[in-house]
Amino acid sequence: MNSTSTAAPIPQITMPPVSWRRRVTDHVMTGVSVLTVLLVLLPLIAIFGYLVFKGIGSINIAFLTQTPKPVGEPGGGMANAIAGSMVILGIASLLGVPLGIGAGIFLSEYGRNRYGDVVRFVSDVLNGVPSIVIGIVAYGLVVMRQKHFSALAGGVALAIMMIPTIARTTEQMLLLVPQAIREAAYGLGVSRWRTTLSITLRTATSGVITGVMLAFARVAGETAPLLFTAFGNQFWNWKADQPTAALSLQIFTYAISPFDEWHRQAWAGALVLIVLIVGAVAAVRIAVRHGTLAGA
Amino acid sequence: MGVGIAVEQLNAFYGKTQALFDINITVLANHATALIGPSGCGKSTFIRCLNRMHETVPEARVEGKVSIGDLSVYNGTSATELRRRVGMVFQKPNPFPTMSIYDNVAAGLRLNGFRNRKKLDEIVQRSLHSAALWDEVKDHLHKKSGASLSGGQQQRLCIARALAVQPEVLLMDEPCSALDPISTGKIEELIFQLKEQYTIVIVTHNMQQAARVAEFTGFFLLGKMIEFDKTEKIFTNPSDKRTEDYVTGRFG
Repeated sequence: MNSTSTAAPIPQITMPPVSWRRRVTDHVMTGVSVLTVLLVLLPLIAIFGYLVFKGIGSINIAFLTQTPKPVGEPGGGMANAIAGSMVILGIASLLGVPLGIGAGIFLSEYGRNRYGDVVRFVSDVLNGVPSIVIGIVAYGLVVMRQKHFSALAGGVALAIMMIPTIARTTEQMLLLVPQAIREAAYGLGVSRWRTTLSITLRTATSGVITGVMLAFARVAGETAPLLFTAFGNQFWNWKADQPTAALSLQIFTYAISPFDEWHRQAWAGALVLIVLIVGAVAAVRIAVRHGTLAGA
Repeated sequence: MGVGIAVEQLNAFYGKTQALFDINITVLANHATALIGPSGCGKSTFIRCLNRMHETVPEARVEGKVSIGDLSVYNGTSATELRRRVGMVFQKPNPFPTMSIYDNVAAGLRLNGFRNRKKLDEIVQRSLHSAALWDEVKDHLHKKSGASLSGGQQQRLCIARALAVQPEVLLMDEPCSALDPISTGKIEELIFQLKEQYTIVIVTHNMQQAARVAEFTGFFLLGKMIEFDKTEKIFTNPSDKRTEDYVTGRFG
């Protein structure tokens, strides 16, 4: 209570002035961090710039609306491959996103134990399995059974690749949601599964979506897992159980061909692919921001 | 209307550590009861045993008997059903950050399956009125997130959210510890009004607050209930030496 009489006198300290060394270090480190940002951005800008330079000339209405022409005939396009990529990625997302998020929810909300550790370990290993091996798995699971290649098989292969990334990012994002938020919901008599879906997952939405977009962007350009699952197709196909063209496969086929015209089309295809991926990611981001409240 | 609470031989544990020892207490309906005591003495653990929030902590468990009104808390009642009747306000304001002010207040009803829009509007407005927040937020109920409010407003929002599900008991775990004196004053006034309809149990570190808002006060020390009596008696003429030492500021 009467602390003034008993308190020890406050020792006098004089802080030394900020030394020139510290000031220089400050500037140098700031410079270094800016430099690393540029170094990281440089490959992206270089790749994108070169793709535009090489590919833009071959992009025209025909390229975006027609199917490939036989060798030697000029013109034609990759319309079927663009559509096929969208179908395959759609199937992959339909399978991979719910499974990945579900696994992430399990790991964060119910997997703080040995069993969860096993799932985490397996998921991390799956993340490191070469994509061609995943293609073989999808071949065994879907193609062998159906007896033919299909968009479904391609989608399954890509979904398997998406799951570990989505699961682990979802887990991390859910763990960031403070326990107090969950308790607030429990305190209102909200059941545990409702709290997880409507409160915890909703609070972590933007982070979970980032994970989903990372996984999506990663598999969107995959070629190896599609080689003997979706297989490719020179013609239109809208059936999920038939061999389907994909941009990445088409680029691969055209790029290793000996024809100049096909090389040009491969560049154009690569440009279209990267624009589609960036467009999809940006669209989701904008949609999410649109639904966010002021101050949230 | 509020209901009374009866606690018999309550013991609470975190793993092997015992946090509460043989607590016995009877809380009168439609009164405010304050729990005081030094940090770590088990006040919060006790209040969290009343709505089974204690068991959400891994390895935590409870022994003993608690009844709230006609509900037997640890015998056959589901935790979710219990918590619909026993509201809680936490130490740190915890509005749902992605929800608007309106959605925060409506959350308890909506997540329990209540869908009547008109009724919901009415209840949200009434709850915000009861929590003395309506005038400050009525113009941006849907546009602003609950997290965009000031600390004091957030806490009143959390009170409104708890009131919206129309509980019979309101548990408050140091509701003013993060607030300035003006917000604290508003919340104390609120407690005064809420007593008419709810039974209130409030944990507080502020003894003046206990004296101002509560008719009954319990003193906790090292996981034991040392003394429980009329507030006036606890602060003016306590029976136990340790209570006297604490309320006169000799320790704690």
